[in-house]
Amino acid sequence: MESDHYYRDADLARFGDIGKGAPELWEKFRAWYDAVFAEGALSAREKALIALAVSHSVQCPYCIDAYTTACLEQGSNEEQMTEAVHVAAAIRGGASLVHGVQMRNHLERLGM
Amino acid sequence: MTALPTLRRQRHPLAAGAAQRRLLAELPLSRSFEAALTASGLEPLRPMGTDVLQLNVGKRCNQTCGHCHVDAGPDRTEMMSTEVVDICLRVLASSGIGTLDITGGAPELHPEFRRIVEAATRLGRRVIDRCNLTVTRLPNYRYVPGFLAEHRVRVVASLPYYQSRQTDAQRGEGVFDASIAALRELNALGYGQPESGLVLDLMANPVGAFLPPEQSAAERDWRRELARRHGVVFNSLLTITNMPISRFLDHLERKGQTHAYLEKLVQAFNPAAAAGVMCRFTLSVGWDGTLYDCDFNQMLDLPVSSPSARHIRDFDPAALGARAIATGPHCFGCTAGAGSSCGGAVA
Ligand code: SF4
Ligand code: SF4
Repeated sequence: MESDHYYRDADLARFGDIGKGAPELWEKFRAWYDAVFAEGALSAREKALIALAVSHSVQCPYCIDAYTTACLEQGSNEEQMTEAVHVAAAIRGGASLVHGVQMRNHLERLGM
Repeated sequence: MTALPTLRRQRHPLAAGAAQRRLLAELPLSRSFEAALTASGLEPLRPMGTDVLQLNVGKRCNQTCGHCHVDAGPDRTEMMSTEVVDICLRVLASSGIGTLDITGGAPELHPEFRRIVEAATRLGRRVIDRCNLTVTRLPNYRYVPGFLAEHRVRVVASLPYYQSRQTDAQRGEGVFDASIAALRELNALGYGQPESGLVLDLMANPVGAFLPPEQSAAERDWRRELARRHGVVFNSLLTITNMPISRFLDHLERKGQTHAYLEKLVQAFNPAAAAGVMCRFTLSVGWDGTLYDCDFNQMLDLPVSSPSARHIRDFDPAALGARAIATGPHCFGCTAGAGSSCGGAVA
């Protein structure tokens, strides 16, 4: 097996291989995962957009590929998908920035 | 997916059905369509009767959409002759087939379009016009919307997306705006309006190498967005999968996506969709009168398997009823997910 890449798109199709080590846990994960993405109080289209945003937040290339396709297949468009990515980026940026208050608190403790 | 000249005009090798079939047959797919049918107890695939006679009256079209499985365009000259039209109308009169489905190309460009609609209506048959909408904006075809309304023809109109960028990327610059103008005119005539009985359905196919959205969820989005942005109403949204044939096959080839797309369709095989594929209820007639199981097989030069009834002049319900439908890897396009047909999702 090639080992010169950490991420290869062909590996996404092999996700199920992880079940080989612990089949029951994999089955439980699958059932839960499928239930999470089923149409519910949120539509499948909305859930795919959330997943796309979170994929960018956790920076998983497999998830980004998978949920780019899923968003298109749920009828979303590039504008909606890009806005979802901005939501993820804004929360990430904001999360860094809001820690500035922590910095300020400490500055105040140390300062005169 | 920008519109290119027809494959025929480019003298492209994939202009020939046999070359397309060869390319598809050589793909190393994880299973064959026939194996998938066998596992579902459907092999060989048999017709259930003919509810719909679908006439492909010719390949001429005012557009050259990037996904067109017909490889239609302004340069195509194939056109159903008066003689073949007459035979089709005789078959319609003598058989119990309830629906005439007229397609192309842009069927309205056929010089006998009006005669076909009038004759079928007189026979009391339901008539469907597969309309690309923009044809109704051409100077000589401004009569079409009023004519369709007068004969209460069901309009199935192509609109891949409710925004212009996606629609124009697939169907050509300016197509979206012209389509909206046509839809507004159809609405003004009563099409798509509650209780008018004038049916306007929209046909949406993905703008790229992915599966269509779930039909009823997409219908809600399209209805909301078309009403909000353009004041357009319609009856149903029908979703259809892009078939790996002609120009969409060429598009997949240019993107290096043919194998991945076909394998995606294979993985999404749904036995319930396979049981309801349209070839089990439809008979398709080519511009020269040759009979096919469907419009897709027609573009792959794959006629019906019954040797004694390969032309509409030899129409023989018993022989056709006993035939096995000619299948191949392209058929996975009809059975993926909720399935796909000229009537939208099937499962
Ligand atoms: S998809 Fe329809 S409108 Fe587009 S080129 Fe083909 S026949 Fe014409
Ligand atoms: S491509 Fe034609 S023959 Fe094949 S399943 Fe679809 S409708 Fe039937």
